[in-house]
Amino acid sequence: MKFASAISSPNFHTTPVALQYDIGDYHACMNEAQKLADVAGYAQRQASSQSKGKLRGIGYSSYIEACGIAPSNIAGALGARAGLFECGEVRVHPTGSVTVFTGSHSHGQGHETTFAQVVAARLGIAVEAVDIVHGDTGRVPFGMGTYGSRSISVGGAAIMRALDKIEAKAKKIAAHLMEASDADIEFANGEFNVKGTDKKITFGQVALTAYVPHNYPLDKLEPGLNETAFYDPTNFTFPAGTYIAEVEVDPSTGVVKLDRFTAVDDFGTIINPMIVEGQVHGGLVQGIGQALMENCVYDKETGQLLTGSFMDYTMPRADDFPNFTLGHVCTPCTHNPLGTKGCGEAGAIGSPPAIMNAVLDALAPLGVKNLDMPATPHRVWQAIQAVNT
Amino acid sequence: MYAFTYERPATLDEASKHVANGSQALAGGQTMLAAMKQRLMQPEKLVDLSQIKALQSIKKDGNTLVIGAMCTHQTVENNADVKAHIPALADLAGGIGDRQVRAMGTIGGSVANNDPAACYPSAVLALDAIIHTNQRTIKAADFFQGMYATALNSGELITAIAFPIPKRAAYAKFKQAASRFALVGVFVAETGNGARVAITGASNGVFRHSGLEAALTQSFTPGAVQNIAIDAGPLNSDLHASAAYRANLIKVQTQRAVQQAIG
Repeated sequence: MKFASAISSPNFHTTPVALQYDIGDYHACMNEAQKLADVAGYAQRQASSQSKGKLRGIGYSSYIEACGIAPSNIAGALGARAGLFECGEVRVHPTGSVTVFTGSHSHGQGHETTFAQVVAARLGIAVEAVDIVHGDTGRVPFGMGTYGSRSISVGGAAIMRALDKIEAKAKKIAAHLMEASDADIEFANGEFNVKGTDKKITFGQVALTAYVPHNYPLDKLEPGLNETAFYDPTNFTFPAGTYIAEVEVDPSTGVVKLDRFTAVDDFGTIINPMIVEGQVHGGLVQGIGQALMENCVYDKETGQLLTGSFMDYTMPRADDFPNFTLGHVCTPCTHNPLGTKGCGEAGAIGSPPAIMNAVLDALAPLGVKNLDMPATPHRVWQAIQAVNT
Repeated sequence: MYAFTYERPATLDEASKHVANGSQALAGGQTMLAAMKQRLMQPEKLVDLSQIKALQSIKKDGNTLVIGAMCTHQTVENNADVKAHIPALADLAGGIGDRQVRAMGTIGGSVANNDPAACYPSAVLALDAIIHTNQRTIKAADFFQGMYATALNSGELITAIAFPIPKRAAYAKFKQAASRFALVGVFVAETGNGARVAITGASNGVFRHSGLEAALTQSFTPGAVQNIAIDAGPLNSDLHASAAYRANLIKVQTQRAVQQAIG
C-alpha cells in the first residue's frame, strides 16, 4: 500500500484552522502498523477465508487528534467560557515523603500511579512515598478536571512546574547545609552535590531540614518545602497513529468476526506502558463496539427508547474481541516538560473507521458500497440482499 | 421490597400443597427474581423448590433419559449420561446464559416459563419429550401453547422431563448479541420416525417445520434443505432482526445443526 501524505513535513505543520501540529512521524506509524499487522500475509489469509466461504477484508485508519486541552487564550477565542490550565501542589513532608494535590481527577485512568511515578523519578524517592490527592475540591487548588486526554500533559506538567520550584528551593537549603553557593549545587538521583566535589546530601535530609530549620538561612528563606504551580499549555498536543483492522464476514448470516486489530500510536513520552496499554484497550473496545454492536434505538412513533437495558443494548464484552496488537512510535511533544501527548481517547478515535473500512472491503466483491454503523449481522446481511434486488 | 412469605420444603408433597394453596413456585429464579425486582410479578407467597432432592436426578430408563425438573443447566451440561446419550442436550445447556446463570437456572423452570427465545423448548419439541408433573404426563406437542403459555394448570409442578434418546441430534443457536438468548435456535433430531426440527426465537413460541423435516427425513444432510423455502410471514420482526432475516437464519442454523449432528 502506497502512503500518499498531504503533510510534507512531519514537524510544525500549520493547519488551515490555525492549529500547529508540533511534531509527529506519521509515516513511521503507518509502516510500523503494516509490519505488526502482517499486511504482507493478508493475501494468503484472504484466500484461506475464501476457501471456507467467508469474505476477508482489511481496513486502515490514520488519525490525529488535538488534545491536552488547552491553551486558555485559544480556548477563549474559540468560545470557551473557562480557563483550561491545570494546577499541581507538591507538599514535601519532614519525613521526605510527598503528597501531591492535583486538579486532575482519576476515574480509572491510574493517575495515582502515573503521577506518583513522575514525582518519584524527579525527586529520587520511592513511588510508595508519594501520595496523590485528587477529586476533593476542599483539598486541591483550583483545577479543571480530566477529559480531552489532558491529565498527563497539563496536570502532569503543572506537577513538573511545582517540582521545579521545589528543586530550586531545595538546592538553596542544600547549599546552605554544605556551605556552598546555590549555583554550585546539582541535583540527580535524589542527591544534592556540590559541583566538582564529593560533598553530597540526600533529598530526605533537605526535607527534614526544611521543617527543622536549625541550620538554615532563615534571614533569606522561609522554612517548609511546599510549592504550587498553575500550568497553562502553549499548544494542544497531537497524538497520532495508524490502525489496521482485519475482519472475516460470513455472508450467510452477516456475522463480522474481528480477526485481528493492530494499533500503532505516537503518544510522545510514555510514563507507564501498562496503563497506556489499558487506555488504548479501553478505547478500542469502545470504538469497535460502536462500529459493530452498540446502538440506541428509539421507536419512531412514540419516542420510546427500545434499547432500554443490556438485554437489548449490545454492550461489548471481552469474548467479542481478539487480543489486540499494540505498537508505539515516539516523537516527544515539544512544548511540555514531560514530552507527553495523552492517550485516553485515541483508541476510540481510530477504531471505528478502521473497522468500517475493513467490513466494506470484505463486502466490496458483493457490490455493497455503503454501510452505517453498527455493522450488526442483521444490517450486513440486509446490505448484501439489497445489492441482489 | 414488598412483603411476601417464603417457604423452602424438602419434599415434593409439601411443595405441591403450597402451590395448590396459591404459592408461586421458585426454581432457579433467573427469570422470576428479575421480574419481581421490576414488579412485573408480585407473588405474595413463594415456595422454593431447590431443596427437593427428588427433583434433581438424571437417569437413563430404557431408551429414555429422565431429567429432574430442578436440575441446573450446569448439571445437565456436565452429566455423564447426558453427554453419552444426548450430547446435543448437554451442548444446549452449556450455551445458556453464562456460568452464573447456568449454576442457578433449571430445566423445569425454563420449560414451565416458555420464553419464546428459550433454548430448552426446542429440545423438548424436537425430541418429542414427555413432561411429567405432580398430576399427570403431558406430551411435548400439547405442552407449548404460545408466548409464556403452557398446558400446566395452576398448582401443577413439572417434576421431570423424559427425553427419548435419538439416533443423532444437535442444537445450533444464533445468539442475539446483547441478551445472548436465541435470536434463532434450531434443534434437529434424527429419530426412529424420521427427522424432527424445532425452532425457537423466531416466533411466539417454539414450532416444528414440516418442510425441513420432510427433506431431512429423506436425506439427513445440510444440502437436503438448501432449497426449502422458509415462510417469513409468521415470524417475528423486532429491533434486532427482520422476519426475513430470521427466515434466513432458520435455514442456515438447520444446516449447521445437521452438520454438527452428522459430525
